[in-house]
Amino acid sequence: MSEADVRELTYLEAIREALTQEMRRDPNVFLLGEDIGVYGGAFGVTRGMLEEFGPERVRDTPISEAAIAGAATGAALMGMRPVMEIMFMDFITIAMNQLVNQAAKIRFMFGGKASIPMVIRTPAGSGTGAAAQHCQSLEAWFINVPGIKVVAPATPYDAKGLLITAIRDNNPVLFMEHKLLYRTKGPVPEELYSIPLGQAVVRREGRDVTVLAYSVMVPRALEAAEQLSREGIELEVVDLRSLKPLDQATIVASVSKTGRVLIVHEAPRTGGFGGELAAVIAESEAFDYLDAPIRRLAGRDIPIPYNRTLERAAVPQVEDIVAAARALAQEGR
Amino acid sequence: MTEVTLRPALDPAVISQRRQQLLRDLPKERLAWMLQKMCEIRYFEEKAEDLYARGLVHGTMHLSIGQEASSVGSIAALRPDDLIIHHHRGHGHTIAKGADLKLMMAEFLGKECGYCRGRGGSMHIADIPGGNLGATGVVGSGIPTAVGIALALQMRRSPQVLLAFFGDGAINLGEFHEALNMAAIWKLPVVFICENNQYGMSGPAKTMCAVQPLSVRAIAYNIPGQTVDGNDVLAVYQVTQAAVERARRGEGPAFIENYTYRWRGHSKSDRNVYRTQAEIDEWKQRCPIARFKQALLEAQVLTSAEVDAIDAQAKEAIERAAEEALACPEPSPENLEAEVYAP
Repeated sequence: MSEADVRELTYLEAIREALTQEMRRDPNVFLLGEDIGVYGGAFGVTRGMLEEFGPERVRDTPISEAAIAGAATGAALMGMRPVMEIMFMDFITIAMNQLVNQAAKIRFMFGGKASIPMVIRTPAGSGTGAAAQHCQSLEAWFINVPGIKVVAPATPYDAKGLLITAIRDNNPVLFMEHKLLYRTKGPVPEELYSIPLGQAVVRREGRDVTVLAYSVMVPRALEAAEQLSREGIELEVVDLRSLKPLDQATIVASVSKTGRVLIVHEAPRTGGFGGELAAVIAESEAFDYLDAPIRRLAGRDIPIPYNRTLERAAVPQVEDIVAAARALAQEGR
Repeated sequence: MTEVTLRPALDPAVISQRRQQLLRDLPKERLAWMLQKMCEIRYFEEKAEDLYARGLVHGTMHLSIGQEASSVGSIAALRPDDLIIHHHRGHGHTIAKGADLKLMMAEFLGKECGYCRGRGGSMHIADIPGGNLGATGVVGSGIPTAVGIALALQMRRSPQVLLAFFGDGAINLGEFHEALNMAAIWKLPVVFICENNQYGMSGPAKTMCAVQPLSVRAIAYNIPGQTVDGNDVLAVYQVTQAAVERARRGEGPAFIENYTYRWRGHSKSDRNVYRTQAEIDEWKQRCPIARFKQALLEAQVLTSAEVDAIDAQAKEAIERAAEEALACPEPSPENLEAEVYAP
């Protein structure tokens, strides 16, 4: 297939296409969540799917996140492949017991004699003016729970390919979507394809500074790279895509090459995934190649504020990445 | 305003009326099986205590001694391919569902040949091929999971029914409410069984729950609700069977409260300071096993020699299981990470 033949879809449409195609392929796949049927989901991801698959497989639930997660866990234990939607990632707090104590534990706790093939789809992140209870990025909690995988795609192509992989995976997979990415467009092949979990991708090659990013921070890092390139600073942007399992090899190779690394994420800095990434680098052979300290650029340690200016100031923006990467590129020279 | 009343799965008058009839109608082998399972549970847990006291057990345990009629009566109402999900005080359900006693004892002892290869222990015994979908250790956690199991049965048009066991302590969780509502609106094939042994850890159900009897909660979900003498195995059997067959017909869930009593402490650290010895002694007078034996003898279903033989065989089976389990190898700590995720 040539480049010209590949359609452009939005991130949102790519997710819908992955769900639709997997549901056509496998009768065990079904969706459940709040307002996903007639309403089409709070962001419209499942719009039109009720018409094709009916209310049994595009299942509207009461506002009961714990029971949604329990229903998904139990159905998965029986060999179904539920894809549950949590309307905003913040609401996953209500479902934590089922996800952390049941879904993540059942396989190991029962001696490997059961598996829980389910996906938790949920939009995370700020930028929509929805304030402190509708904007969180809570991935670090889940990364610290053995038994759950965590994926955070940045492009429409990855959203489709990673979601297909997540649905076919025999474990609970937390699939983090980003509200600001839903309307972004990119090439997405029509056929089914899957992207293995645990494979990062180098989005842009560069010699000076490695930027580790995922989700909405990938396009921001790429924009920053574009700007710095005009100043003669070349960033290498690594899109992690899958946070657990993590592609340590790609990270280590890139940092070994550039000798400088800036870790960027939206979630608050303290206890965030960036600390783990820094530790992975510090413990690896890349440590010997570092020409400057490992730097983190993360969300500030505050709840997401409502006001537009305050909200922007709460999480890394393009200009913040530019400033941090520029400083890092010059550090120790 | 509409008046709402409790819709029992079975009329209480019918229960007592049919009791004698059941002793006549149920096959003798079935009744003997019920007694056998109750005795096995009792001896298993007494053995568990003994092994614990001898320092052979790492970890804790939650004994259901005194509650044998609840687990056996409920599970006796199931077909062999029906399913259960249960809780940390779960030795009784596991045995009643037909578990291999040696594999159970080995799991209790943390051995590699145990049901969960020593990864789960007493609180997490599961026998997936046997229809025991596992015990959960976080109070009430199995209830939302039960919704999903029953949902899968419904979506696959399966004739199977699920029993979801939990205690009186579990029904004050938000998860209980979310799950019962969801199961009710979708008419799922699940029967919720609240084993009211009257105490959470120390908190009495009488003061921790705003509504008594607990089965009144069923009204809120528009499903049948019934409180039954949980120390009467035949009463439990009848009520559960009515609810199970109703669920099998696609008419949705029911909520049953098996009113019973836990003779032992919550776990090993319990000094029983929240209740009196007189209360415990009084409930020991209502021993479900002694009552069932007496009923079987009075109805001349079994002779006294047959009853004694069943009892002795159960004791012997537990002794043998414990001996064999103690001889099983310990699991290896190597490469545990490889077990966390399914391939």
